[in-house]
Amino acid sequence: MTDKVLMKGNEAIAEAAIAAGCRHYFGYPITPQTEVAAYMSKRMPKIGGTFLQAESEISAINMVYGVAGAGFRVMTSSSSPGISLKQEGISYIAGADLPALIVNVQRGGPGLGGIQPSQSDYFQATKGGGHGDYHLLVLAPASVQEMADLTVKAFDLADKYRMPVMLLADGTMGQMMEPVSLPEPSEVKTEKPWAVTGTKGVRKHNIINSLYLNPEQLEKTNVERFEKYKLIEETETAYEEFMTDDAEVVVVAFGIAARVSKNAVRAAREKGIKAGLIRPITLWPFPKKPLLKAAEKAKAFISVELSMGQMIEDVELAIKCSRPVYLCNRSGGMIPTPEQVLSAIEKAKGEN
Amino acid sequence: MRLKGFSVPVKRITLFSGHYGSGKTNIAVNYALKIKENGANCRIVDLDIVNPYFRTKDSAKRLADAGVETVFPAYANSNVDLPALPKEIYGAVADRNTFAVLDIGGDDRGALALGRYAPDILAENDYEMVFVANFYRPLTRNAKDALSVMREIEAAGGIPFTAIVNNSNVGEETAAEDLTATFKIAEELSRLSGLPVVAVTAEEKVAQKTNGAFPLVLERKNFDI
Repeated sequence: MTDKVLMKGNEAIAEAAIAAGCRHYFGYPITPQTEVAAYMSKRMPKIGGTFLQAESEISAINMVYGVAGAGFRVMTSSSSPGISLKQEGISYIAGADLPALIVNVQRGGPGLGGIQPSQSDYFQATKGGGHGDYHLLVLAPASVQEMADLTVKAFDLADKYRMPVMLLADGTMGQMMEPVSLPEPSEVKTEKPWAVTGTKGVRKHNIINSLYLNPEQLEKTNVERFEKYKLIEETETAYEEFMTDDAEVVVVAFGIAARVSKNAVRAAREKGIKAGLIRPITLWPFPKKPLLKAAEKAKAFISVELSMGQMIEDVELAIKCSRPVYLCNRSGGMIPTPEQVLSAIEKAKGEN
Repeated sequence: MRLKGFSVPVKRITLFSGHYGSGKTNIAVNYALKIKENGANCRIVDLDIVNPYFRTKDSAKRLADAGVETVFPAYANSNVDLPALPKEIYGAVADRNTFAVLDIGGDDRGALALGRYAPDILAENDYEMVFVANFYRPLTRNAKDALSVMREIEAAGGIPFTAIVNNSNVGEETAAEDLTATFKIAEELSRLSGLPVVAVTAEEKVAQKTNGAFPLVLERKNFDI
C-alpha cells in the first residue's frame, strides 16, 4: 500500500504547516484558497492548535503579527484581493523583523477579477507589495508535493532570517489533486531570544515594533536588513534547470506555467529545436546567475506567465538585456497551452 | 427497479456523497450514463454548491450526447461563484417516472443543500444514499475518521447513508494493489456503520486489472500538465 495520500494543493499546505510545527492559523475564506482554512478548521482543534476565522484579512494578518512576536510559528493564507488587504500588516511584520508564512493562491485580477488561476501578483509579491524598503522571500511551488515541501522550507527560512516568507501559488496549484508524501513532523528549533514571552522579572523587556522616532536609527536598521537580503540572495536562490546545457531558446516559467512549458520544451526537442527551461523556485531572490549563464549560449528567452507580463522584466534584468526576451502569456484566469508555448519557441528560434 | 446491466435493483434516486475529493462526481456521472445505456431515462443533478471547481458540468457534453438530462446551478463553472439551486431540482426529485442521480457536496457544509429535498426523498422511500470513500484522502485515512465524515454529512443533509462505495485512489499513480490494500478498511467501515460495501470503483485502466471493479471514465482537461 502506497504511503502517499491524494491531496489538493491547499490541503497539502495546511498539513505541511502542521508538520512544521505551526499551531496558529488566522485567515478569512476566499476562493481558490478556502480549503487551507477549511482544513485547518478541522485539524487545529484536534491537535491543540488555534484556528481562527478573523472578521477580515486585515485583522487576520495583525493576529499573525502578534503571534509571530510571541515567537510561535504562525501563518495566514488568502487569494489575491485578500492579500492586497493584508499588505499593511505584512509591511509591519517585515519592519519588525518577524518570521511568518503568508500564502497567496492567486486568482485573476485586478479588482475582484475572477476565481480562475493567475500569476499576476508577481510584482506585488516580489517588489514589496506593502510600503517601505523590504523584501519577502517568495517561494513558487509547481506541484502539490512542492506545496507541502516548500511550506516546511518557508517556516525554516522565516525563522532563520527573521522575516516573512510568501508561498506564491495559483488557483491550479491550490485546487489540483496529486499524490503526496507528507513531510515528517519536525521543527528546526530556532532560538528566539527577541520574542515577547514575559521577562519573568529577570531580563530586559523585548519590544516588537516597526516605529523609529529617530531617522538615523531607522536608516541604520534598513541598511542592516538589506545586508541580510544580500546574504539571502547569495545563499538561498533556488531554481530548476531542464535541458538548458545547449539550449538556444530558454523558456523561463514558474508554477503552473513551468509545467505547461516543460511539455512544450520536450515537444520542441522532438522537433529538433534546442529548447530548455529555467524554473525559478525562489522568485525573490530571483535566479539571476543561471539566467545570465544561459544567455552565453542562448539566442533568445521566453517568459511564460499567467499575467500581462511581469516576471519578464526580471528576466531582462538578469540577462542584462543581452538577448531578446519574448512574452508568451494568458491573463484573467486563462492558462497557456503547451502548443502556444511551442509556437512561441518556434517563432523565437526562427527570428534569432 | 430491475435494469439490465445491473446485478441489483436500481433505486429511483441515487445520491452520492462523501468527503470532497473522494470521486463522487466522477462516479455520479458514470452511474447516470450507465442507467441511460441500459435503456432508462435519467437525470443528473449537481447539488454541490460549495465547491466551484470539478463540477458535474465538466462532463456536460458527454452527458448531453448520451441523452442524460442535466440539472446544474445557473452559474456553475463560471467566475460567478453563486451558490443558488435551480428550480428544476424539484422536478428531478418529484418525477417518479425518471431515474435521478444526485451529486451531493463533499462535507457537512456541502450536504446542507440536500436538506431542502430530504423530506420528499424520504417520503418516496426509493433511494440509495451512497458514501463514496477514498482511504487515501488525508481526512479519511481510516474507518473511524470516515465514519465521522459520514455522520457529519447525514446530520447536515437529513438522509442516512444506505451503502458504501470504495473508490480509494492516489490519482494518476494508482495501482490495482493500492485499491485491494484498502479492502480491510472498507470492511471495517462497513462493520462500524452497518452498511454494505456495494461496489469498488476505479479509473478504467486500473479497473481492468482488478476482479470486477466498476470502471470509471474520467473527465480529462484539454492537456496534461
